[in-house]
Amino acid sequence: MTRKQRRLALIFGALGTLGVALGLILFALSDNIVFFYGPTELAEKAPAPGARLRIGGLVKPGSVHKDSGQTVDFIVTDNKHDVAVTYTGLLPDLFREGQGVVAEGLLTGTATLKADSVLAKHDERYMPREVADALKKQGVWQENGQQAAEKAQQNSAPAPAPLIR
Amino acid sequence: MIVETGHYALVLALALALINAFVPLWGVYSRDQRLMAVAPSVALMQCGLVILSYCALTYAHVVSDFSVVNVVENSHSAKPLLYKISGVWGNHEGSMLLWVLVLAIFGGAVALFSRAMPADLRASVLAVQAWIGSAFLLFILLTSNPFARLARAPMEGNDLNPLLQDPGLAIHPPLLYFGYVGLSITFSFAAGALICGRIDALWARTARPWILVAWIALTLGIAMGSYWAYYTLGWGGFWFWDPVENASLMPWLAATALLHSAAVMEKRDALKIWTIFLAILSFSLALIGTFLVRSGVLTSVHAFASDPARGIFILLILVLFIGGSLALFAWRASLLKQGGLFAPVSREGALVLNNLLLTTACATVFVGTLYPLALEALTGEKISVGAPFFNATFIPLAIPLFLLIPFGQSLAWKRGDLLGTAQRLAFAIFCGLGVMLLAALWQGGPALSVFTAGLALYTIIGSFTDLALRLYGRGASLQEALDRLRGLPRSAFGTAFAHAGLGVTLLGLAATGWGSERIVHMQVGETINVGGYDLTLNALEPRQGPNYTEIVGRTSVRLGGVERAVIEPSQRFFPARRSSRAEAGIATIGLGQIYMSIAEQSPDGGVNVRMFWKPLVTLIWIGALIMGFGGLLSLSDRRLRLGLARRAAINRQALPQAAE
Repeated sequence: MTRKQRRLALIFGALGTLGVALGLILFALSDNIVFFYGPTELAEKAPAPGARLRIGGLVKPGSVHKDSGQTVDFIVTDNKHDVAVTYTGLLPDLFREGQGVVAEGLLTGTATLKADSVLAKHDERYMPREVADALKKQGVWQENGQQAAEKAQQNSAPAPAPLIR
Repeated sequence: MIVETGHYALVLALALALINAFVPLWGVYSRDQRLMAVAPSVALMQCGLVILSYCALTYAHVVSDFSVVNVVENSHSAKPLLYKISGVWGNHEGSMLLWVLVLAIFGGAVALFSRAMPADLRASVLAVQAWIGSAFLLFILLTSNPFARLARAPMEGNDLNPLLQDPGLAIHPPLLYFGYVGLSITFSFAAGALICGRIDALWARTARPWILVAWIALTLGIAMGSYWAYYTLGWGGFWFWDPVENASLMPWLAATALLHSAAVMEKRDALKIWTIFLAILSFSLALIGTFLVRSGVLTSVHAFASDPARGIFILLILVLFIGGSLALFAWRASLLKQGGLFAPVSREGALVLNNLLLTTACATVFVGTLYPLALEALTGEKISVGAPFFNATFIPLAIPLFLLIPFGQSLAWKRGDLLGTAQRLAFAIFCGLGVMLLAALWQGGPALSVFTAGLALYTIIGSFTDLALRLYGRGASLQEALDRLRGLPRSAFGTAFAHAGLGVTLLGLAATGWGSERIVHMQVGETINVGGYDLTLNALEPRQGPNYTEIVGRTSVRLGGVERAVIEPSQRFFPARRSSRAEAGIATIGLGQIYMSIAEQSPDGGVNVRMFWKPLVTLIWIGALIMGFGGLLSLSDRRLRLGLARRAAINRQALPQAAE
C-alpha cells in the first residue's frame, strides 16, 4: 500500500464510523426523545393519548391519594390547568404537596398520565428548571418564589444580615 | 483574621499566576534562560499560597465560624467533623477553590518532578497552566468569594445538604477533580508543545505519566461517584445517563483515547497532530463538564449549589481556552512533519480504530447531552434525552471496541498478522462463546446480557493472553517463565490489568439483566422473597443521629432458612434543612448485593419498600479498581522515568528550535 492508499483507508474508515454514529444518533433521536410540557401547554397542544411525555408542575395540595398497594394518585398543577397522574412505585424522598415535581410516562387521556418515573429535586430550595419555567410562563412563580424566600428566612434563624463582600 | 489571610493568599496567588502567565513566555520568545527559569519557582509559590488559602477556609468550616457566609450556608455546629472538612467542597465556592487547588498542585508537581524536561517546554507548560489558574482565580475572586463575611453572624448554620452528608463526599469530588483538572496539565503540555514547536516522541514520553495520573483519578472518581449515587439515591441504579454523569464520561472517553494515541506517538512517532488535538479536546470537555455542572443549565439528579449567573463567566473561560487553543493548534500544527508509517493491520492501526470508536462514542454522548439545550435555544421546545437514546447509540459503538481490545494488544507494531493473532486468541474466543452458551442455557434472560457476559470474559482472558504467551511461549520451563516475568516491562502488565478491569466492569454490567426487583408495602414481621433470598422486616425503630433522626427498618436476609446478613435501611430526617433522605441497606453476598431502601412510615405502621437482588453488581466497581491498579502499574514503569532523563540530556545539547 502506498502512503496515499493508507491515508484513504484511514479517511474512509473514519467517515464510515462517523456515518454509522450519525445514523445511530438520528435513529435514536427520532425514537427516544421525550417532550416536556407544563399542564397548560399540555391542554394547548393536546397530544394524542399514548404519547410519552414529561409533565412538570406543582403537586396540588390535598390531591395525593395512596391506595393500599403501591399506586399513588396525585394532581400536577400550574394553578390554571391540572393533570391527573397515577404512579406505581416508591415516590422520591422529597415528594411533597405544593412542591415541584416532574412525572414521566404515557398519556392515557387528555389530561391523565400513567407515570413510570417521578422526579423531585433533592435540594428543597430548588425547583426543576423546566418546572420553574413552566410556572413562570403561567405567572404563578412569584407567589411560589416568595414562599421559598420565607422558608429560607425561617431556616437561618436570625434575620439575614447584610453581606460584606 | 485567618479567613482574611486566606482571602489575601488567594489574591497573591492570582498575582503570581499572572506573572507566570507572561514572564516565562517572554523568556521562550527571547530565548532568555533566566526568564524561563522564573516559571517553576513561581508555580511552587502559587501552589503554596492556594494551599494556605484552602486551609484557611477549611479552618473556618472546622471551627464553625458563622461570620463567614459560606460556612453559614453549608455547615452546622452539630455536623460530624468529617463532613465539616469535606463540606468545604460540598458547595459552589468551596468546590471552585478545590478546582484551583488541584490546578495549582499539578502546576507545582510539574515544577518539582519534570526537571528533566527541556527548559523551554517546561516554561511554556507552566505558563499555560498559569493562564488557566489566573482565569479560575479571577472567577473565584470576582464572582464566588468563599471568604465573604457577614456583619451580624447567626448562632447556627443552615447545615449541608443531607444528600451530601456521606463518606462519598470525602472521596468522590477530590478524585474527580484530580481527574478533571489533571487533564489541564495535558492541555498545558499540548499548548506548550505547540508554542515551542516540540511535538515529538520525547514530548509524548514526558506527557504520558501526567495523562496517566489524570486518567487513573478520573476512572476512580467516576466509579466512586457511581457507587455513591447507587447506595444513596435509593433507586438501585448506578448510572442514569444524567447530564452531570455524561459531563464526566466525555472527558474520560477522550482521555482514554489520548492515552492510547500518546502511546503510538511515543513508540512510533506517528499520530502527532491527532494526539495534540485529543489533549486539547479532553480538557475542553472537562471545562464543558464544569460549566454544565456549575451553571445548572441542564436539570440533573446530582447537581447541587449551581448558579446560572456565574455560568456565564465559566462560559467565557471556556470560549477563551477552547477557542485560543484551537487557534494555536490551527496556526502551529502545519509545522508538523509526518511521522512513522504503518499498515492498517498493526498495533498502530488497532489503536487508531480504538481512537476512532472512543471519540465517536464521546461525540454521541455529547450530542445526547447538549441536544436538549440546543433545541430549547432554537425552538423553545423542551425535551429530555434519556437512557434509551444513550443505550441505542453508545452500546453499538462500545461492542466493537471490546472485540478490538485483545486484538490490539496482540498485534505487532508496524505490520501485524490478523490470522495469527486470531489463532492466538482462540482460547479467549472459545471461552467467551462458552460463557454465552452456558449463560443462555442456565440463566436465559435478556439476549444482551448473555452476549455481554461472553464478551466480558473474552476481554478478560484476551487481555492476559498476550502476556501469558510471552511468558510461556515456545514450551518454556517455569524457571524461564519467571525470568521472563522479571524482564517484562511493568507497563505491559498495566495494560493487561487495565483492559481486564474493563472486562470485569462489563461482566458486572451484563449481570444487571439477571437481577430482580420488588416494590411492596411491608408490615413488621412480613417476609418477602427477592432473587431467592427471604427478607424479613424484624423491626422499625427510631434512632437519633448527631444531626438527624432516623427510622431504621431492621431486616434479616435468609437463604434457605440460614441467616446470611442483617441490613438496616433507614429514612433519615435532617431538622436543620427540614428534609429527609433514604439510606439504603446493602448486604454483599458473594459478588452480588441485596439492596433495600424504605420510604417514610405510612399511617398504618407499615412502609413502602424497594428491594433488589443484584448478582455480580460489585464487579462494576471492582473492575474500575482493577483499571486504576493497571494505570498505577504503568505509572511505576521505570522506562517512563529513566529513559526520559537520558534522552532529555541528549536533547538539551541542541538548543530549542526557533519558535517562529
